[in-house]
Amino acid sequence: CVAIAGADYCVIAADTRMSTGYNILTRDYSKICKLADKCVMASSGFQADVRALQKQLAARHLIYQHQHNKQMSCPAMAQLLSNTLYYKRFFPYYSFNVLGGLDNEGKGCVFTYDAVGSYEKVGYSSQGSGSTLIMPFLDNQLKSPSPLLLPAQDAVTPLVEAEAIDLVKTVFASASERDIYTGDKLELVIINAAGIRREYMELRKD
Amino acid sequence: MNFMASKQPENSLLGPESDSQRTLYPYVTGTSVVALKYKDGILMAADMGGSYGSTLRYKSVERMKPIGKHSLLGASGEISDFQEILRYLDELILYDNMWDDGNSLGPKEVHNYLTRVMYNRRNKFNPLWNSLVLGGVKNGQKYLGTVSMIGVNFEDNHVATGFGNHLARPILRQEWHENLSFEDGVRLLEKCMRVLLYRDRSAVNKLQIAKITEDGVTISQPYSLKTYWEFSAFENPAQGAIGSW
Repeated sequence: CVAIAGADYCVIAADTRMSTGYNILTRDYSKICKLADKCVMASSGFQADVRALQKQLAARHLIYQHQHNKQMSCPAMAQLLSNTLYYKRFFPYYSFNVLGGLDNEGKGCVFTYDAVGSYEKVGYSSQGSGSTLIMPFLDNQLKSPSPLLLPAQDAVTPLVEAEAIDLVKTVFASASERDIYTGDKLELVIINAAGIRREYMELRKD
Repeated sequence: MNFMASKQPENSLLGPESDSQRTLYPYVTGTSVVALKYKDGILMAADMGGSYGSTLRYKSVERMKPIGKHSLLGASGEISDFQEILRYLDELILYDNMWDDGNSLGPKEVHNYLTRVMYNRRNKFNPLWNSLVLGGVKNGQKYLGTVSMIGVNFEDNHVATGFGNHLARPILRQEWHENLSFEDGVRLLEKCMRVLLYRDRSAVNKLQIAKITEDGVTISQPYSLKTYWEFSAFENPAQGAIGSW
């Protein structure tokens, strides 16, 4: 799973292969889940735990909507996800997540998590088996300014939406070459002010 | 000094007498189930064997059952756990019927219920040792999904459990296409079941094929596949590698 945040958009992408050991169970499984209007989560890891986590968050979001009469913002959902994961600190959700969306001002934001809930707002991230191949390349192309700098600098990439999408496609095509668990099809979700749209791209099937 | 009277190891996370109440390994098992979507609905095939380890103990086990009006469930793995699942589903369908509101549980709903049950049992370290295949048609929508014993679930155009994943899925990936006719679907399933019969040691040559369409469920009478053992390669299998079997 990969996510990249831009000035007014956010791209979240994941492949659609589900495998166990050396076998492929299905080539057409979506790892991306829409949690709120402007907030989308991509997860890799143990599928049953991921599904349970998605259901938990969807249910909590529904309750939030009933209580506050509005959709949850991306930073709010980010905190909820962290708390939900830490709640099971001693029997974790084996799920490696990336949350992407637009914050209340319409700027892209990406949050990256580990299995027990530690998270950070970043400009881009990748998780899953291909992340060791993808992350260094993203670092090279999208290097974020250090969060220790003063005055605080923006982590979002200066790239245009089309360039970011192109980068994501390139990155997955490369990961599919060497990572056995990555391939089949790439699903991209692009969130911007106009709404959410999905794109697909074929990847290597071996 | 430790004066524990119980027999548990000290690092056990579970409560007292926990081991005797959990499923540790399966006893009577069924082998693969294969299913595919075709023009009018779902076709599913399973043989009728119940193996007790390496012995073929039961030869008339029905491993596919209709659930409610719209679904068909096939299971491989521990047969007693399958019967337990049927009891759970019985109760589910009963309560759904008691509402008497004209609505009935479709295959998607039953699949979701089964996923939750399997996942929660796995979380309690007491799994139902089955791999389930759930197919059905409701309001013209075909649905075919699978749940494993640890709660991993997905839907696809063709699914298989156990050895079927290794032997039947590749055949299905090659030869399945949209809108298969009934005859073509049955032929494709029989091809898969024949390969399993040749190569899966727990398969038996007595199988049923079940069909579910908008009109309902039909499970065929048990029958056998014709097999051919005169292939020249079978005659002297160690020819190319003396000393092997």
